[in-house]
Amino acid sequence: MNREENTGFLKFIMYELKPKGKLLTPFNIISMITILAAVVILVIRFTSGLGSVGHASQERPWGLWINFNVITGVAFAGGAFVVTFMVYILGLEKYRPIVRATVLYALLAYIFYAGALLLDLGRPWKVINPIIGNSFGISSVLFLVAWHFLLYMGSLFIEFFPTVTEWISLKPQRRFFASLTLGVVIFGIALSTLHQSGLGALFLMAKPKIHPLWYSEFIPILFFLSSIFAGLSLVIVLETIGQRVFGKNMSFLNKSSHRDIMLSLSRICTISMFVYFFMTVLVFLHGKNFQYLNTLWGSWYLVEVLGFVLFPCILFLFGYRRLNIKLVRIGAVLTIIGIILNRLNISTIAYHWYDSALHFPTWMEIVVSFAVIFLQILVFRAIVRRMPVYTESPSWVVEEKQIRSITVKDKLFKLNTRREKWKVSAE
Amino acid sequence: MSVDRRNFLKALGIAGSTLAMGKSFGSPPVSKSDTEFFGILYDSTLCVGCQACETACAEKYGFPLPETVPAAGELRETNEARRVVINCYNTSKGEMYMRRACNHCNNPACASACLTKAMLKTDGGPVIWREEKCMGCRSCMISCPFDIPKFEYNSPNPKINKCRMCYELLLEGEKPVCVENCPAEALLFGKRRDLIEIARTRIYSEPDKYYHEIYGENEVGGTGVLYISSVPFKELGLRTDLGNKSYPEYNKTFLYSVPLVLILWPAFLLGLHSAFVQGKNKKQKEEES
Ligand code: SF4
Ligand code: SF4
Repeated sequence: MNREENTGFLKFIMYELKPKGKLLTPFNIISMITILAAVVILVIRFTSGLGSVGHASQERPWGLWINFNVITGVAFAGGAFVVTFMVYILGLEKYRPIVRATVLYALLAYIFYAGALLLDLGRPWKVINPIIGNSFGISSVLFLVAWHFLLYMGSLFIEFFPTVTEWISLKPQRRFFASLTLGVVIFGIALSTLHQSGLGALFLMAKPKIHPLWYSEFIPILFFLSSIFAGLSLVIVLETIGQRVFGKNMSFLNKSSHRDIMLSLSRICTISMFVYFFMTVLVFLHGKNFQYLNTLWGSWYLVEVLGFVLFPCILFLFGYRRLNIKLVRIGAVLTIIGIILNRLNISTIAYHWYDSALHFPTWMEIVVSFAVIFLQILVFRAIVRRMPVYTESPSWVVEEKQIRSITVKDKLFKLNTRREKWKVSAE
Repeated sequence: MSVDRRNFLKALGIAGSTLAMGKSFGSPPVSKSDTEFFGILYDSTLCVGCQACETACAEKYGFPLPETVPAAGELRETNEARRVVINCYNTSKGEMYMRRACNHCNNPACASACLTKAMLKTDGGPVIWREEKCMGCRSCMISCPFDIPKFEYNSPNPKINKCRMCYELLLEGEKPVCVENCPAEALLFGKRRDLIEIARTRIYSEPDKYYHEIYGENEVGGTGVLYISSVPFKELGLRTDLGNKSYPEYNKTFLYSVPLVLILWPAFLLGLHSAFVQGKNKKQKEEES
């Protein structure tokens, strides 16, 4: 790079660093206040211990940050592996317009929610122990989950990186990273399968402490299945908001395909939710859990399973049958609530259910939890406003793709002719 | 815990979705109780509730001395500054005492949950916690069926607190301080196998006095600390619903399927990819040409 280019690049970065959009919107103000408050709370937390800000106790060692941000939040990042599966593995080009936003959302979710895990660790400075290998607890589920988080973050980063290169015009790098996509997508799907179910497996040994309606040896499978529609429901909500907020600058393709994609996603949600519901019923029968049904816990269980799984599943069904996008959106929101309920039930509400007192987080825990989410949203917005996530890729990308497809065609043509020659000679 | 071949094959069978095959591959699980672990036998009928063990433990490890005494109907818990407690219960045979501390499971859930191996089952039997490894994730607390590990919530440099059977003393050939200081000889230290013999002998020689079971012989796959008493253990606040399976077993199927998923899943996905995407591309090309 010569000097001129250098200063050009600097100018570009300086320009891009400036906030885009209005600064003093209600959302910005609320989120900034929350984040500032969270910083103060975290200072207290790191100087006088977890107990000074949170309600986690000897009986319920994990508080809101793990149970909500990590265990619940990661389920919602499941959209990335489903959507990349459909686009890159099954070649369903229809979903291409939502790939970037979904992957970006997931990448940020992992960064911030794994970050939340650090906040909750009692001795975070030891976090490298299971990574640099002086003490591998390979029989530990958490060990596995932690490693998969790390590796998956890497995969998502590589999946997203072409978008970054388009932003700062790194042509050769783009080509290189784009060529890695298929590999990391496959790797990422395998990792997701394992850590989504792994989050459930964290509770396998807590058998005597979780209410039998929620505990079963199939928790890992249920967690994996539910991460599919949890992720997709989040994509539906995210895209809906995205259309409202970034609609003006969206590429034509992104805008025009929105409705169609939402309806198709709701179809996948219906199917996966139905499978999940069916599994839940099987698990229920398998556990011979009838005796609990007419207790208070039983009603709460029914609220979760009927009200927030079966009901939204039906909404999705009607949504795509009647082409009613409103139903789809309501279904998505209900599903999201249902997933939050499910994860919190297992990890908090029905955990140590025999204790007399109900467990509530402190306001400080809640503030930090929200601050993490706000931070994620702010970064998401900042990136979307700068990089071609919803907007069209710069023209050089399109040109390059065309050139590539021509060369590929060329090669294929050569290959075919060679093959024909070979055939001829073989005869 | 090493991943032995038999279990691995068993998992293979299960992951291959043919449960029957898995059964034929695997043989009954090896009982860990043949290993020579050391343990402690607590005889509730001898305990007088004097708290000498509590005091000795607190003195030895620099914790505050006990301020409350065991009283029926009041549950005292171990916590970040108390590794062993004696509780009093109103039972069908009057007031009885029960000890509560780490049971040093033969196959401990806490150690298998720990991702840094800070919790460790030593060869001799004690389950110890190592400060230099622990990152404070508290999954040991989630996993321990007895809710034993306790965490210092009010410290910026928190530690996990739990009984470690005075591991250092054992290395020097001594006994744990609680056993050493029990004036009523309600606590015995020794090889787990011998302790079971002793417990059985006591039960058989005074069949009317004892409840005919040893708590910890089979619970959660066997524990290093064993209990006998004159009343059913439930009356003494022990959980009798934990089952005899060792807790790490609950994770096995999941953990063994991990390498399989990592190998088979990508292969399957690649297959799908070539069927759907490359196949489609080829068709297009053929149509174009
Ligand atoms: S009782 Fe709990 S802390 Fe003690 S060894 Fe067993 S699982 Fe670990
Ligand atoms: S808190 Fe420490 S000892 Fe317990 S599982 Fe986590 S790293 Fe291991």
